[in-house]
Amino acid sequence: MLTIYGKTLSSRLFLGTAQYPSPAILADAARASKPALLTVSLRREMAGGKTGSGFWDVVRELGIDLLPNTAGCHSAKEAITTAQMARELFGTDWIKLEVIGHHDMLQPDVFGLVEAARALSAEGFKVFPYTTTDIGVAERLLEAGCEVLMPWCAPIGSARGPQDVQALKSMRGYFPDVPLVVDAGLGRPSHAMTVLELGYDAVLLNTAVAGADDPVGMARAFALAVEAGRLAFESGMLEPRDMAVPSTPTFGMAEFS
Amino acid sequence: MKLIINGCEAQVSATRLDALIRELDHQDQWVATAVNGKMVPRDRRVAHALKEGDRIEILSPMQGG
Repeated sequence: MLTIYGKTLSSRLFLGTAQYPSPAILADAARASKPALLTVSLRREMAGGKTGSGFWDVVRELGIDLLPNTAGCHSAKEAITTAQMARELFGTDWIKLEVIGHHDMLQPDVFGLVEAARALSAEGFKVFPYTTTDIGVAERLLEAGCEVLMPWCAPIGSARGPQDVQALKSMRGYFPDVPLVVDAGLGRPSHAMTVLELGYDAVLLNTAVAGADDPVGMARAFALAVEAGRLAFESGMLEPRDMAVPSTPTFGMAEFS
Repeated sequence: MKLIINGCEAQVSATRLDALIRELDHQDQWVATAVNGKMVPRDRRVAHALKEGDRIEILSPMQGG
């Protein structure tokens, strides 16, 4: 079982709640995949309290733990204030910390990220930082108080899957005891399975499910891939071999010549 | 008085933040508030006096990834 910040999670799949064709399809996708966490955000409310109200009713009915994010924040200050508001609104001190450094690539601003992680940890937040596979940055995030790291494997929403498997392996090897969650860039269930096979503890994804022709089917497919990848990791996979090795026993072969 | 609410100029009669939330017909429980870039917690809205030109942010739950 996966434990983060002292809480044991029911699954290794974290699911985003954005971009679904309807709140009902989001709800069905969540029921089909049983994620441990749903990510949510907060935005300006329109007069009359109608902003996203259908969505919020559906999410509350699901009863799944929430992980609010600071998506769209481009400075530590914005992210810190957003996190404070999210803590009150969603009633949780867990926060997916995003400090975006580049408009087009949505790379994290790792300087602002470390600064915000330090400030929020000091305020009692349990910070889930959206970061890169840079091990130096990762060390600073851990020093700042983070007990989990969430590296991307490709740009947000790109569906490219693991772009640098060696960097992911190095990070896993360097931090054997830190929960590592691949956040961003996954496009297919096989991508999720690949990173679980590498020993990553969980995946966080949104667009790959919400943007599929059938989000409910795709949510289920990702849940199965995550489970299979973890089971494979725990079961010990063979290393690739250069030459063929027969699987059928060769002794006792008949001679027909 | 005139305020900037969620980026838009607005003329309101409320003089305190809790009254503003009611005047705008928001559900107190499902919004988070900030004034001039600083969060104002729910239990402090009643004591928070508004000033001409204050920048108010009123945020609510939204879909997120």
